[in-house]
Amino acid sequence: MTDLLSKFDPLIAERGALLASGVRDPFAIVMEEVRSPTLAVIQGKETILLGTYNYMGMTFDPDVITAGKTALDTFGSGTTGSRVLNGTYQGHKECEDALKAFYGTRSAMVFSTGYQANLGMMSTLAGKGDYIILDADSHASIYDGCALGNAEIVRFRHNSVEDLDKRLGRLPAEAGKLVVLEGVYSMVGDIAPLKEMVAVAKKHGAMILVDEAHGMGFFGPNGRGVFEEAGVEADVDFVVGTFSKSVGTVGGFCVSNHPKFEILRLVCRPYVFTASLPPSVVATAAASIRKLMHAGDKRAHLWKNSKRLHAGLREMGFTLGTETAQSAIIAVMLPDMETTVRMWQALIELGLYVNMARPPATPAGTYLLRCSLCAEHSDEQVGQILGMFRAAGQAVGCIS
Amino acid sequence: MSDRDGTRAKVIEAIAPFNKKGISLTEATSFAADLEWDSLTVMDFVAAIEDEFDIIITMNMQAEIETVGQLVDAVESLTG
Repeated sequence: MTDLLSKFDPLIAERGALLASGVRDPFAIVMEEVRSPTLAVIQGKETILLGTYNYMGMTFDPDVITAGKTALDTFGSGTTGSRVLNGTYQGHKECEDALKAFYGTRSAMVFSTGYQANLGMMSTLAGKGDYIILDADSHASIYDGCALGNAEIVRFRHNSVEDLDKRLGRLPAEAGKLVVLEGVYSMVGDIAPLKEMVAVAKKHGAMILVDEAHGMGFFGPNGRGVFEEAGVEADVDFVVGTFSKSVGTVGGFCVSNHPKFEILRLVCRPYVFTASLPPSVVATAAASIRKLMHAGDKRAHLWKNSKRLHAGLREMGFTLGTETAQSAIIAVMLPDMETTVRMWQALIELGLYVNMARPPATPAGTYLLRCSLCAEHSDEQVGQILGMFRAAGQAVGCIS
Repeated sequence: MSDRDGTRAKVIEAIAPFNKKGISLTEATSFAADLEWDSLTVMDFVAAIEDEFDIIITMNMQAEIETVGQLVDAVESLTG
C-alpha cells in the first residue's frame, strides 16, 4: 500500500527539526482565556494580541454580545440547513439588510465564511471560455475559487497597473473577463492602486471584483474599504468581504448593484451546498456592521496606532514590508526561518502574540512577523508593544 | 531555420537568466525536475515569455507544460 501521507515527509522533517531545537510551535498556540480584543492568556501568561485581524475590536462590544445572546435564546444554536432550503432565518435577512445599508448596494449575499464567498464568486461568475485576471499575490481563497471553476486564469505582477493593462490587451476582446483585486494585501499590508487598476479594467471591458477583507471597517469615509477611499465605487461590480476581521465574528459576503445578482443564490455551489451561519452569528454580525457605520473615532485611533507602531519599529532599525503604514497590518521582514522563529519566540515569552508567516503563504519567498493592530489597543499597550519588540530584537540580534 | 527553431532559440534564451544551476537545455528538460524552479520563478519566467512573444499562457495551460519542448509547442500554437 502506498501511504498517501508520505508526500508530506519533507514538511514533517522540517517541523521536527524546528521543534527539536526547543522552540514553541508557532502554529499550535492555544488561547486559554480571552480577556478582551487585545488581551489573552497563553500558557498561563497574559499576552497582548497583535496578530488577530480584530481591527475594530468588536468581539466584546456589549451591543454585539447582547444581540448574539438574544438570537441564541430565540432561534436556537444552529439552522441545520442551506440558505436556499431551511437555513434562511429572520437574522440572515437582517444581516444582509445591514450589509446593504453599510455598502449602499441593492443586493447582499451572506456566505458561511469569507473563504467560501471567494470560492463561490470565482467559480460561479466566470465559466468556461471566460477569463479571470488576478494579482499574483491574491489570497488562497481566490486561487482556490479559480481552481473550483472552469475559467481561464491569468495572473499579473503584484500591484502592477502596466502588467494588468498588457495582459488584458492580449485577451480576446469579446471574451467575458473578471478582474479580481484586493483592497489590502494581507501578508505585507500594502494597498492596491485601485483607481488606476479599475480604470484599466474598465478600458478593456472587464467586470471587477474587489476583496475588501482587510479594508472593511476603516478605509473610506464610511469604512467600506479601499475602493471607497479610491473613489471607484461606481465602477466596481462586486465587493467580497468577511465577518472574521473588523466585524468580529465569522462569515463572508458579496455585495453588488448588478440587476441579476440575486440569481447567484441558486447557482453558487459554496452558497447552496453548505449549512447557513448560526442565528447568533448573523445577529452579532448585523449588530457589529451597523455600529461600524458610525465608528469614526475608532477608525482614527486605529490609524494612530498603526502609524505609531510603524514609525517606532522603523526607528529601531527593523525592516518593514511597506515604506509607510498603508493599513493596520505591519509586516516585520526577517532574513530567514531561524531568525524569524527566534524572534517570534522571544516576543511570545515577553507576552506579545504576532503571526509568523513563511513561504509559500508569503510573497517572494520571504519570512515575516505580521502585526495587525486593533482600535482597542490603548496608547499604553502600543508603548508596551514597542518595548517588547526592542527587547526581543536586541536579544535575537536583529537590531542593535 | 524553421519557425519552430526560431521559437526554441528564443525560449532557450529566455530561460538563461533563470537557469541558476547552469543545466544544459534540451527539449526534454523539465522545469520542475531538472531546473528545480519554485512557483515564484515559474511566475517570473512565464511573464518574461508572455512579454517576449506578446501572448498569454494561462495558469490552466501552464499546468500542462512540463518540459522545454512542450513550452516551445505551446508558444508556437499561441503565436501561430
